[in-house]
Amino acid sequence: MSEQQITNVKELTACQEKFQEETNRFRARVMVCSTGCRALGSEALSKAFHDKLAAAGLEREIAVVETGCHGQCSRAPLVLIEPYDFLYGPVKAEDVDEIIQTTLVGGKPVDRLCEMVDGQPCPTRSEIPFFKSQSREVMKHCGSLDPKRLDQAIALGSYQAAAKALTTMTPEQVIAEVLEAGLKGRGGGGFPAGMKWQFCRNAPGTEKYLICNSDEGDPGAFMDRALLEGVPHQIVEGMIIAAYAIGASKGFVYVRAEYPIAVEHLNIALKAARAHGLLGKNIFGSGFDFDIECRMGAGAFVCGEETALIASLEGQRGTPRPRPPFPAQSGYNKKPTIINNVETLGNVPRIIAEGKERFASVGTTGGKGTKIFALAGKVRNTGLVEVPMGMTLREIVYNVGGGVLDDRPFKAAQMGGPSGGCVPAEFLDLAIDYDSVKSVGAIVGSGGLIVMDDNTCMVDMARFFMEFVQEESCGKCPPCRVGTRHLKDILERICAGHGKESDLDEMEKLGKEIIAGSQCGLGQTAPNPVLSTIRHFRGEFEAHIRDHKCPAKVCQGLYQFVIDADKCIGCGICAKNCPTAAISGEKRKAHAIDQQACVKCGVCNEKCPYAAISKV
Amino acid sequence: MTEVSKGHAGEPHVHRGEGCGCLAADLAKAEEILAELSPVDSGDLIPLLQRLQDAYGYLPADVLAEVSERTGIPLSRMYGVITFYTQFSTTPRGRHTIRCCTGTACHVRGAKDVAEALLHEVDVEVGGTTADGRFTFENVACLGTCFLAPVVMVDDEYFGQLTPAKARAIVKNYS
Repeated sequence: MSEQQITNVKELTACQEKFQEETNRFRARVMVCSTGCRALGSEALSKAFHDKLAAAGLEREIAVVETGCHGQCSRAPLVLIEPYDFLYGPVKAEDVDEIIQTTLVGGKPVDRLCEMVDGQPCPTRSEIPFFKSQSREVMKHCGSLDPKRLDQAIALGSYQAAAKALTTMTPEQVIAEVLEAGLKGRGGGGFPAGMKWQFCRNAPGTEKYLICNSDEGDPGAFMDRALLEGVPHQIVEGMIIAAYAIGASKGFVYVRAEYPIAVEHLNIALKAARAHGLLGKNIFGSGFDFDIECRMGAGAFVCGEETALIASLEGQRGTPRPRPPFPAQSGYNKKPTIINNVETLGNVPRIIAEGKERFASVGTTGGKGTKIFALAGKVRNTGLVEVPMGMTLREIVYNVGGGVLDDRPFKAAQMGGPSGGCVPAEFLDLAIDYDSVKSVGAIVGSGGLIVMDDNTCMVDMARFFMEFVQEESCGKCPPCRVGTRHLKDILERICAGHGKESDLDEMEKLGKEIIAGSQCGLGQTAPNPVLSTIRHFRGEFEAHIRDHKCPAKVCQGLYQFVIDADKCIGCGICAKNCPTAAISGEKRKAHAIDQQACVKCGVCNEKCPYAAISKV
Repeated sequence: MTEVSKGHAGEPHVHRGEGCGCLAADLAKAEEILAELSPVDSGDLIPLLQRLQDAYGYLPADVLAEVSERTGIPLSRMYGVITFYTQFSTTPRGRHTIRCCTGTACHVRGAKDVAEALLHEVDVEVGGTTADGRFTFENVACLGTCFLAPVVMVDDEYFGQLTPAKARAIVKNYS
C-alpha cells in the first residue's frame, strides 16, 4: 500500500473499495494465527504455507495471511481456510501439503485436523459448538486480517466509523450515542463510558488526554492482549472517536511490558495510521487533531488502577491518588483525562457505525452488548470467547467451553481475578452480567474466567490470590499493605494444617476493614477472593482447620502418598527416584513409604508405571 | 565526559581510552539514548530507564549517577521509581531470564511443581541469579497465555503445557 494521504471520507471509501478488490483477487486465503499460536510454532507454519504454495505455483491465487487470534486457543496452532470457513488445529508444518492438496486444490476438508463433534469431524467454523454459541462482535475481525497491514483493516471497514463521527456528528452526539447504547467499562469498573466522557467534555480547559488502559494484569485475562495484537486499528479508531468526543488531542496506550507482540503490532499500526493522515493534524478534513503514543508498563499490577497508571505515565512510582478529583476533572499532568480499557474502546467503532439500537439489542438490563471472557483452567476449550451479556455460566462452560477437562465435576469458576471471587456450581444457571455476578460475591471484572474442578483446593486458591495482592500492594495504605499480609499468613497457616477455629471470623473481620480502609480499587477488592471462598466453601476451610485434611489433596502436609500393595509389583522405580530415600521394599514385592521421611514431592507418583501410588 | 571518572569500587580511576572497560567507555550508550530522547523531562523517566536497562542489561549505579547529573532528575527520584517496578534491576542479570508464570490458570494446572523443579534444577532462588550467571529466575503474575498453562518463558520464547520433567529438560538447552 502506497503511503497516500486519506484526507476525507470519499478517499477512505475509495481506498476501501480498492483494497477489497485486491483481497478478492485471491480465490482462497490461508489465515494462520501468528499471535497467541506463535508460542506453539505458527511462524514456521506460515512459512511452510508460503514456501509450498510458491513451489506449487499457487501464490497468485491463494494468499497466506498472518492473523490475530481465532479464539479457540486449546487447538493451537490454528489455521482458518477462507472462503470455506474450515478451521484446522493443531496444525503442524507436516500437514501443509495435505491441506494444499485436499482443501486448497480439492475443496474438501482434511478430517483429521477438524474439531470432532459427536464423533464426527466438523470442519466448518460456524458449526463448531465453541463458535456457534458466541456472538463475535468486538472480535469479529480478529483472525480475519493481518494486524500489521492497514489496507486489510480498511478493506474490512476500519476508520469508517471514525470518519462518520468526525465529519457528520458533533462530540455531544457521539457521547449521547455511546451513553444511550449503554456501553459500560469493560476493564472491571463497569462504569458507563458515555457518562465518563461527558464529565471530561464538560471539564474546563482545552488540554485533555485520552488513555487506553492495556495494563492487563489480572491473572487469567488476556482479551486486551489479543485485541491489540489482532485488531490494533480497531482500537486506534475507537481512540480517535473517544478523543473527538472528549476533546483530547493527545492519547496514550499503556501496555504491559510482558506483551511484546501487542507493543510491536500497535506501533506498526500507529506508524501506518500517521503516514496516511488517519492520525495527526486535521483528520478527515474535520479540523480535529489527534495523535497517540505507546508507553510500556514496568511491571506493577497496581498501575491498572487509573490514578496509579497516570502517576506511572508521569514518570513516578505507581501509587494511587485519592479521588475526587476524578481523572475526568484532573488526571494526567492535572488535566482532564479519560482512561478506557482496550475492550471498551474496541466496542466504540461499531456503536457509531451500526447505531446504539443494534448494540443495545444484545444483553440484559445489568449490561448491554457482548463481553469477552478468557476461558482457562480445567476446561476443555481454553481461549477467548465473546458472548452476549446474560448468557449463563453453564452455557459458557459447557456449550462454549466444551465442559470440564477429563469430564470431572465442575466445582467453581473464579471470575474477575484478584478483585473477584469464586462462583460455585449452584450458580451455574446464573445469567452473567455486572449486577448478577456481584450479587454472588464475585465480579465480571475484566473477564478472566478460570474453571476449577474437584482437584482444586479453594483454601489454596484464596491463599494464592492473597499472596498475589500482598506482593502487588503498592504499600501506600496500611490496611491494604499490612492487612493483606496478615490474611496471607493466616491462610498459609491453615494450608499447613495449623489453622484455628477463630481464623475464619478473624479473616472476615479483617477483610471488611481492608475494604473500608483502602484508597484504591486494589485494596478495596483485595479481600474478595478470601471472603467469597469462605462464603461458598466454608466446609473446606473447616476440613483444613478441624480435621487437618485437604479434601482436594492440594495442600502439602494435609495428605499422604501411599502405595497400593495390590497394584505394586515391586519394580523399585519409585524408590530409585525418591529424593529422600523414603521408599523401601524388597524387589518384586510391594513397597511402602515412610511418612516421616516423605517430603511430598510427588516424584514417585509421577514415575510409577503402574499407577500404584495415590494421594489420600 | 571527564577523563577521571569513578570506577566501580568508588576509587579514582584514570581513563585509558577505548577498550578501558570503565564507565567513561561505557557511557556512550547512555549518551546516545539521552540524545535521542532529548529534551529529557522527568515525565520520561520510565521510558528512559527502560532504554538504559535494554542497553546495559541492568541499571549500573554509575550510569544512573551520570544520567541524573545530565538530566537534573534527582537520583533519589530515580531510585524511588526503580525500586517500585519489578522490571528494573540494579544488579547484573543472568545471560538468560526464566519467567515462570504463577497466574491463576497456571496455578490450577500445577505451576508450583514446575517452578520447584526449575529452581532445584538450576539452583537459584526466586528473584535471584545463578552463581554461574547463566539464569535469572523470576515469577510473573500472568503471561496472558493461559491456554498454554502451565507456562514458562525463557528470554522471549514461550514453553507451554509443562510438567516438571519437561521444564527440567528445557533449561538444559541454555548455556
